[in-house]
Amino acid sequence: MARIGVFVCHCGENIAATVDCEKVAKACAQLPGVAYSIDYKYMCSDPGQNLIREAIKEKNLTGVVVAACSPRMHEPTFRRACAEAGLNPYLCEMANIREHCSWVHPKSEETTLKAIDIVKTIIAKVRKNQPLYPIKVPVTKTALVIGGGIAGIQAALDIANAGHRVILVEKEPSIGGHMAQLSETFPTLDCSQCILTPRMVEVAQHPSITLYTYAEVESLTGFIGNFVARIRKKAKSIDEKLCTGCGECVNACPIKKIPSEFNMGLGTRPAIYIPFPQAVPNKPVIDRSRCTYFRTGKCRFCESKCPTKAIRFDQNDEVINVQVGAVVVATGFTVLESTFFPEYGYGQYKDVVTGLQFERILSASGPTLGEVRRPSDGAIPKKVVFITCAGSRDPAKGIEYCSKICCMYTAKHAMLYKHKVHDGQAYVFYMDIRATGKGYDEFVRRAIEEDHVKYIRGRVSRVYERNGKIVVCGADTLLGAEPVEIEADMVVLATAGVANPGAEELAQALHISYDRHRFFTEAHPKLRPVETNTAGIFLAGACQSPKDIPESVGQASATASKVVALFSRDELTREPIVAVVNRCAPPLYSTCVGCFMCQTACPYSAIEREELRTRDGTLVKTVARVNPGLCQGCGTCVAFCRSKSIDLQGYSNEQMYAEVVELFAE
Amino acid sequence: MKFGLYPGCSLEASSREYLESLRAIAPKLGLEFEEVKNWNCCGASSAHAIDHLFSVALPATILAQAEQQQLKDLVVPCAACYSRLAIAKIELTENAKVRNELQAKYHLSYTGTTNILTILDVLERVITPEVSKQLPKRFTKNVVCYYGCLLVRPQRITNVQRVEDPQQMEEIVKTIGAHPLPWGMKTECCGASFSITRTELVGKLCGRVLDDAVCRGAEAIIVACPMCHSNLDMRRSVIEHVTGKKYTIPVLFITQVIGFALGLTPAQLGMTRHFVSTESIVSTSV
Repeated sequence: MARIGVFVCHCGENIAATVDCEKVAKACAQLPGVAYSIDYKYMCSDPGQNLIREAIKEKNLTGVVVAACSPRMHEPTFRRACAEAGLNPYLCEMANIREHCSWVHPKSEETTLKAIDIVKTIIAKVRKNQPLYPIKVPVTKTALVIGGGIAGIQAALDIANAGHRVILVEKEPSIGGHMAQLSETFPTLDCSQCILTPRMVEVAQHPSITLYTYAEVESLTGFIGNFVARIRKKAKSIDEKLCTGCGECVNACPIKKIPSEFNMGLGTRPAIYIPFPQAVPNKPVIDRSRCTYFRTGKCRFCESKCPTKAIRFDQNDEVINVQVGAVVVATGFTVLESTFFPEYGYGQYKDVVTGLQFERILSASGPTLGEVRRPSDGAIPKKVVFITCAGSRDPAKGIEYCSKICCMYTAKHAMLYKHKVHDGQAYVFYMDIRATGKGYDEFVRRAIEEDHVKYIRGRVSRVYERNGKIVVCGADTLLGAEPVEIEADMVVLATAGVANPGAEELAQALHISYDRHRFFTEAHPKLRPVETNTAGIFLAGACQSPKDIPESVGQASATASKVVALFSRDELTREPIVAVVNRCAPPLYSTCVGCFMCQTACPYSAIEREELRTRDGTLVKTVARVNPGLCQGCGTCVAFCRSKSIDLQGYSNEQMYAEVVELFAE
Repeated sequence: MKFGLYPGCSLEASSREYLESLRAIAPKLGLEFEEVKNWNCCGASSAHAIDHLFSVALPATILAQAEQQQLKDLVVPCAACYSRLAIAKIELTENAKVRNELQAKYHLSYTGTTNILTILDVLERVITPEVSKQLPKRFTKNVVCYYGCLLVRPQRITNVQRVEDPQQMEEIVKTIGAHPLPWGMKTECCGASFSITRTELVGKLCGRVLDDAVCRGAEAIIVACPMCHSNLDMRRSVIEHVTGKKYTIPVLFITQVIGFALGLTPAQLGMTRHFVSTESIVSTSV
């Protein structure tokens, strides 16, 4: 006979305000199999847990039901308390009388009766509960880092420096990401490339880091500690072992007018190219969609010029599978452009550029070699208007959030512009100035006070061309919304930072969640900011939300510490909530008939074929077997099984029926 | 294709040429109109500033009548009327309180089955690529399309995707051979009903619109709103007085330029009713 203890929690006023907890406890005491029943103000508190521990020992309980909040909240707490008292933790269940009852109903007799019903069903289930034991799985101590921007670089270096292997995958031909494109960085104005490139080189030379550039992760299977990632290494069309990076091929290529991605379309590149001089690896790739040979079958100029005969036109994409224990997603972000701002003339007027384009104009390695020259005619602009919140914080444009980095980089842009064009005038239209980092507000003040950047608080209604000037119409809300019209030579839009175009597909391939703006979602916005809801997959950098460099680096290091903590263990324990195909004594062995409907139904490819043999090795039958390492406990196979041979541990058919029957009993 | 038609006051008076040209092009494009019987004022420009319920009641009466005539699609050529009717429709379908009050007070029965369309919605449907190929003439002018406010705003009512840079009119005039120019002023304010109370203000606002249209090299401004038209056309002398400049650029209704492409005569299209001479267009288009 079962000896079940029922513990009804008041949750302060949360439950007790609408449910008569004492009455629930008394009613439950009368039920068959219940040996002890009591209510208490805070069951999750230490005295509350102690109540459970003592009762298990004194009353010799064989099962525990805690009637309180959602199991998502405190199931681990109470199961741990039971384990401490020597009871198998899986004999403890929670009855949710808070979210499912007290919070959603008014104080009444019926509410209390519903609470009793809820507890009754769980008691019925616990009568059928069996002791379960956690599953142990090994950990592959290799991390996969997706994305080779500053966040990915930092995470890869931190994990590798802790002594673990890292595979870094970057989809572009070089690592470096957006940070490599920046001119100088706020709030110290140190050169972005000068601080980044040593890190890039370190990644390339680190003995524990395997770098795959021009490669993409296609799929991820498995689970924490035991993932298998499928990586497509796109054909670079060169033999990397032979190539010395001399650049002869790049000079030889007759196609020279391809807009350079690195220069945000402000410069050009050939079809065989190295994205920028400091690229890592510093070896070219052939852009097959633009290469004359791949388009027409003729040319091969680069091949004829290559001194080491490293060009490989017949190279194919290579797909590899790698085993990893943890995944760091650091795929970054992009900035809005093009048709998003017809009213700001972007795409219509060459001299209306995005912030990232202006970075290239300011950069010493940029298309103008660091001289501020506008794209249309190469003239030095004497009046530049910077417009912040171009898209951000604009519900009408579908982007309610603040892109966070724009206030600072705009102050930096205006400042650098003034440093380079002394007689120039810079205007900044802003909604609010958000400069909340170390040394940030001082930096903005410096732009205003020392560099005399004119800050105008107000929105710009439109930007249009008049007599060769770009007219910016706005309002100065500090002067009573006085209309302001500036005839500028150039306009820089601090366009919203948005998720990468492929973010959704990647999230689906990795089975991680993303928000409605397609930024990847952390497990908890405050307490678990670098983990995803999928165990073993972590986030770093702007793929989660727009971030500046210090924040990306900080998050990357935090992520690395999570990965290193995971790798500090040799094996992991998993919840034993997995499906099991029954086994029984000969001559039946199992009721499984080997139809393998379950195999087609399983979303996690967790079902294997197992040959059952007699002791002398004769094959009796082939039946299904669930790999407990891969099974996620979804129960789909249970529903599919024709012969009812599969059951989900902890949620068996028998347990579920007992709950339902109890609900309709009497 | 048959449509219900609510002309509103402007189309019978200050913008007669709008209605005349619409009626003239209709048979050529296979359009048939049935006017809402016994229609009343839509309340535009004043009612909604005074009494919300009344401002819904006026257009609701029109909508109820249209329903009684079983008009599935109701064309409202005037942008101000369109806005009032569309807002009323949304109020009646989404706001049960207003609906019940109106029923109690004015005994209106309304089910919300009538679609409300702008003139652009209709033209977009009938001027198909086939129709465009068979036009007797092409209207090959450089034009700017001026939307003003109510054809595109409020977005909640109009559902226009690019409120700041709509493209619907441009797409239509392209089909008759015109070259619409990229233009930043297409949704600027013309001053609307300040035409009467603060005419100088209209002069200033319209001056900016005209000035930029001329700078862009436009030969005509195309409109689909009687208010925009009267401010840009009828108030030309005020505009010139305020800006101290002369502007000869004519302002044409979209129905008029389509009429040209369909081979209609200037008289049929009401081209003589403009304050600003349309001679530059008429002499080269006909």
